[in-house]
Amino acid sequence: MNAANPAVWVQRIGAGAIELVGRLGHATVFLLKSLGHFPSLLRRPSLLTRQIFSVGVLTVSITVVAGAFVGMVLGFQGYYTLIDFGAESSLGLLVALSLTRELGPVLSALLYTGRAGSALTAEIGLMKTTEQLAALEMMAVNPIRRVISPRLLAGIIAVPLLCAMFTFVGILGGYFASVIQLGVDSGVYWSSITDGVDLRLDIMNGLIKSVVFGILVTWIAVFEGYDSYPSAEGISRATTRTVVSASLAILGSDYILTALMFRG
Amino acid sequence: MSGQHQPVVAIEAVDFHFGQKNIYTNVTIQIPSYGVSVIMGPSGCGKSTLLNLISGRYKPDRGKVRVLGYEVNTLREKDLFQLRRRMGMMFQSSALLTDLSVFENVAFPLRENTDLPEPLIRNLVLMKLEQVGLRGAQNHSPSELSGGMARRVALARATAMDPDLLLFDEPFTGLDPISLGIITKLVREITDALRTTSIVVTHDVEEGLSIADHVFLLGRGTLLASGTPQELLDSDQPEVRQFLHGLPDGPVPFHYPANDYRGQILERS
Repeated sequence: MNAANPAVWVQRIGAGAIELVGRLGHATVFLLKSLGHFPSLLRRPSLLTRQIFSVGVLTVSITVVAGAFVGMVLGFQGYYTLIDFGAESSLGLLVALSLTRELGPVLSALLYTGRAGSALTAEIGLMKTTEQLAALEMMAVNPIRRVISPRLLAGIIAVPLLCAMFTFVGILGGYFASVIQLGVDSGVYWSSITDGVDLRLDIMNGLIKSVVFGILVTWIAVFEGYDSYPSAEGISRATTRTVVSASLAILGSDYILTALMFRG
Repeated sequence: MSGQHQPVVAIEAVDFHFGQKNIYTNVTIQIPSYGVSVIMGPSGCGKSTLLNLISGRYKPDRGKVRVLGYEVNTLREKDLFQLRRRMGMMFQSSALLTDLSVFENVAFPLRENTDLPEPLIRNLVLMKLEQVGLRGAQNHSPSELSGGMARRVALARATAMDPDLLLFDEPFTGLDPISLGIITKLVREITDALRTTSIVVTHDVEEGLSIADHVFLLGRGTLLASGTPQELLDSDQPEVRQFLHGLPDGPVPFHYPANDYRGQILERS
């Protein structure tokens, strides 16, 4: 076939679109099946707590370190911008709003994708390659109930908590840079935050974003693992797809959510 | 429970394809109750696919697969899982759950599918491990086991629920001679002790024939021959002779289909 022929390109785009729609449908059915098994986790809470430890607790350290650095950078950058306008008294508010509305949810979800999302895909992909998922089926145990649902719910619970930690530590990092290093008044820093940050508009919307990101990232991670081709190369490709797709999903959905939430 | 005279597995006029490749065309196989039935055939002929059809993991394009009296290709997911409680399967890769110890692996199907009290589960698991000679390794993790030991733990796990049907996917592949002897002996002994039906998929002729009550030879997408081991050894059928005696050329050609050799060599690049 001639690659320069427009008909060939139309055909390729069409085939790609059909495959994409089919895969999205497959992933949606997979998500609904996984959600359907959530009630069974109430009877086996140990399955859930083990996964919360694996995807959540083990991600705390990088979240805290990254949050502190991001907060400190915001403090510095904000200070040198605001000082020109004599507005350094709003520095606390700038740091807090940046973190609660955007950077907290987005960056904590991106860190979660790199640390826990990729590990979820690799773990489930390896279970598939070594026939552990098939063995579960043969032992009359539904692998979606036993393996996927606990990981999905753990991710949905862990990401908002990680986001809260990231934001809290980020505000402390901003305090360190602006108050301790640059000499902004401590009372002014805190009062600008308490006066300017709105519980519903800023904090609740930030948490809603992180719940959405938690669902998206964990859904993509577990689906890619479950759907991976059972070979070393298949797992490698699936892990890469998880990181790329989940990162883009976070940024894309953040744009949509921001447009819906902050219309003024 | 299927009776003595009823086949435990009946595959009727089944067609099955995987991707672009036709695996089976109009295959009919009836596997009798009790004893060891060995499914043989060259690599890639669809032996493991047969186990996946029997366990309901794959659905045939056409035909029926009846197992323990149920038509598995029409069962709802819930009923299929119920039926699988009466089956045990040992995988070629052992497929032990890597985050659980040997003891917990064998206890897994009992914990998931029964409400038995913990002391009873403990005793059952120890009995199953003793049967395969690995009671002493109960606290090991799967990564600490040799290939042969992992296969024996997988066998203990497959028999944990005392199944009516045991499926073995290439149980003899990649084992040292001692482990090979142990697994061969265990498959036969456990089948007799549980008075169950074992279906063993293998391409190891010697081990397969040594434990088989019935042999089914697959090839070219169909059932080539079946009978007792002696009947197959006495067979004059060229495909049977080629496979059982390991002849490099015959009905299964040495050369993969290709265009003219001389023409391709002389062809100007």
